Amino acid sequence: MRKVWDLIGGVHPPENKHQSVKDSVGELPLPKKLIIPLNQHIGAPSKIMVSIGDSVLKGQLLAEPKGFVSTGVHAPTSGLISDIGDHSIPHPSGMSAPCITLTPDGKDKWVEHEGLKNYRDQSPDELLSIIRHSGIAGLGGAGFPTAVKLSPEKAISTLILNGTECEPYITSDDMLMREHPEDIIQGIQILSYILGDPKEILIGIENNKPEAYAALEPHLKNTTTELVAFDTRYPSGGEKQLIQILTGKEVPTKGLPSDIGIACLNVGTAYAIYRAITFGEPLISRITTVTGEACAINRNYETLIGTPISHLLKNSSFNEHACSRLIVGGPMMGFALENLDAPVIKTTNCILAPSEKEFPSPVPAQACIRCGMCAEACPASLLPQQLLWHAQSKNYEKLETQNLFDCIECGACSYVCPSNIPLVQYYRASKGEMRKQAQEKISSDKARERFEFQKIRKEKELLAKQLQRDARLKSAAEAKKKSGAEEIIQAAMDRVEATKASPEDQQARSSRRTARAEDQLNSAQKKLNTLKKDATTNQHEQAAAALEDARVRLDEARSVQGSISIKLPPSMKVDPASAAIEKAKAEAANQANLSSEEKLHNTIQSLTLRLEKSIIRLETAKTEGSENVDVLTTASNKLEEKLAATQAALLKIKT
Amino acid sequence: MYDIIIQNPLYSALLALAGLSVIFGGILGFAAIKFKVVGDPIIEQIDSLLPQTQCGQCGYPGCKPYAQAIADGDTINKCPPGGQATINAIADLLDVDAPSLNSEHGEESDTRTIAYIREDECIGCTKCIQACPVDAILGAAKLMHTVIVSECTGCDLCVDPCPVDCIDMLPVQKGLSDWKWNLPSSVGEQLLASKPSGIIASDRSGANTR
Repeated sequence: MRKVWDLIGGVHPPENKHQSVKDSVGELPLPKKLIIPLNQHIGAPSKIMVSIGDSVLKGQLLAEPKGFVSTGVHAPTSGLISDIGDHSIPHPSGMSAPCITLTPDGKDKWVEHEGLKNYRDQSPDELLSIIRHSGIAGLGGAGFPTAVKLSPEKAISTLILNGTECEPYITSDDMLMREHPEDIIQGIQILSYILGDPKEILIGIENNKPEAYAALEPHLKNTTTELVAFDTRYPSGGEKQLIQILTGKEVPTKGLPSDIGIACLNVGTAYAIYRAITFGEPLISRITTVTGEACAINRNYETLIGTPISHLLKNSSFNEHACSRLIVGGPMMGFALENLDAPVIKTTNCILAPSEKEFPSPVPAQACIRCGMCAEACPASLLPQQLLWHAQSKNYEKLETQNLFDCIECGACSYVCPSNIPLVQYYRASKGEMRKQAQEKISSDKARERFEFQKIRKEKELLAKQLQRDARLKSAAEAKKKSGAEEIIQAAMDRVEATKASPEDQQARSSRRTARAEDQLNSAQKKLNTLKKDATTNQHEQAAAALEDARVRLDEARSVQGSISIKLPPSMKVDPASAAIEKAKAEAANQANLSSEEKLHNTIQSLTLRLEKSIIRLETAKTEGSENVDVLTTASNKLEEKLAATQAALLKIKT
Repeated sequence: MYDIIIQNPLYSALLALAGLSVIFGGILGFAAIKFKVVGDPIIEQIDSLLPQTQCGQCGYPGCKPYAQAIADGDTINKCPPGGQATINAIADLLDVDAPSLNSEHGEESDTRTIAYIREDECIGCTKCIQACPVDAILGAAKLMHTVIVSECTGCDLCVDPCPVDCIDMLPVQKGLSDWKWNLPSSVGEQLLASKPSGIIASDRSGANTR
């Protein structure tokens, strides 16, 4: 007898398993429609391979795995793809998700498929590929793609098969172990081969399933597999809990069982792997328990994936009015389902339709009385009370330090709480919020990175532009230095000079213009003359207007010619300075020619004029009260003196 | 040596203290240089709390500049995308009272939006590409542009520059992957909402008078 460890904490609610194990696993008639969600597993949704109107055979691939953590989806029966679109799925949110709707043709005709006669001839990788493409995901409840679980980074020393099924009411694994023990063992052999034949292979089973134990035991004789039974206590079927019960080892926080060399799979998964490898049958059906007092028939059914839950209930004589609420999964970890059209998926192990008596409406929660029963019940050794305070105050940092993410959401704490506090709901909500925050943190970090990168890029661009501009300036300066700026300007000015018309040209042009205007005038005159005899007044007026026009033009031309001839000095360029000199010279010559008496006369005249002007200026200055009055007075006095002196000189000459 | 110390206790004590201060001073001086903190870590800490939408609603050209401004003494309630949660977090970090959001800078919104370009109407002017602070718009001159949904922060900065108004800010579709459980209503709320039969008499009278 193997040593088993005790489960930490846990509870023992009424098992209520006997109702659904009375009958063997039943078959259901084909439903009218099968709704197959694309994402029945943890990971990326599968990629659709069919389109509306396609007819498919049983087992045909409908959607292939997309990405590493993904798996395929197959047609559960032959029929027609009637719709691809959103449909409600069994999910606590009650939301819709992309689904393929298949209308069965009733023939249930298999696609061509072939199993492997001897799987040991194949490499484990090839077997993993088959498992992946057979759409096998963990059938225990989480739906983690099995192929991913079977490709651990570390070597596996212990393979554990989970036949615990600790949650009340659910009996699907129990029935599977009773009816297909040999197939499960075969599946375990395949798993063992894929994982490199681990030292230990254990099947964990609670001691409330003696029939299953008895069914499995005879098939283990020639194998290394060990069947271990232990006390019934919820949640011994949790992966981490089962590992602890069977091996005494604890999976590290935030770690995986493979970190301590353990792989843990559900017995249903082992069965599905056996079917896939040995017969080439993909995962298209599973055993689902339908139970609860609201159903007259409580039993297990071999259910095609995609069967509407309403179809299952209809075949179990479901009484809607007697049902308090419909639950998918078990009473501890399941969730209420709103829409009965939602289908059975790979992880749907139980449909629970309890009566009001079985499952009364939850009583209002009362204040925590700090009794500590939750801490005793917690299988993960957490402090549910502390977690509750922090969850209520949304103190996520504290929740993190209290290891909220080690909570397996088993619901044992809520079950024992005398105040009926929905503890698990607090933890789930907080976990969701923390995950969301972590996600936001990642995306905000990405945004920051991109923002900063853009800033750097823009600075670089600016710098590059500046460098370019500098380089251009430099090269321009060099070019300037080389050719010499003055020379360039001079050359440009020369060109302008050259294009300017010379005065002779201008004159010639204007004379030509005059001549042309005269011609026009003459011809207009002639025209007018010829018209005079026989012409309408209109023509007459026109001719007169033309004549007038020509005359104006002639006048213009003449005036231009005149102005040019006036403007034109004999020499082309006249220096103003030399002109002034010439003028001064001429004046000096004039002066020399004059007699001294005349000279004095001229001087007196000019002086008289200047005096008059200065007196006028003085007057205006006086009236305005200017400061220059004194200066102007002396200036006019001086002029008067000068005038008097000149007049005296003139008198002298005369005499 | 021992004799000298015995004979001059005062001087030897002073000498010993002086020697110790030189040694420790040397260690401290070395540590100050060796372990010098480059930059202002508080800015980084504030920046990590800001939502990184880079929307500029605070009046600064991005989250980092606003973090810098907060470190220099600006008020902490200028970030509408972060909302009250961010204000509380920064107040917690800086150990100050958390003010409510300054509505001058905008209102807090529950629904996250991202930009969507109506591609048929896009004329390919690249103006939105230049406006995007996180390079989340893809396109080239005279060619259609489109928004990389996963990179868009919903900052609105691309909407105004668009000459043909072909950019919409659409709320992010909530899917199964975003779904999360809600917190249960508090004890008081449950009492108010529940049927009287579910609670004891004294509670019921309290609930009715409330």
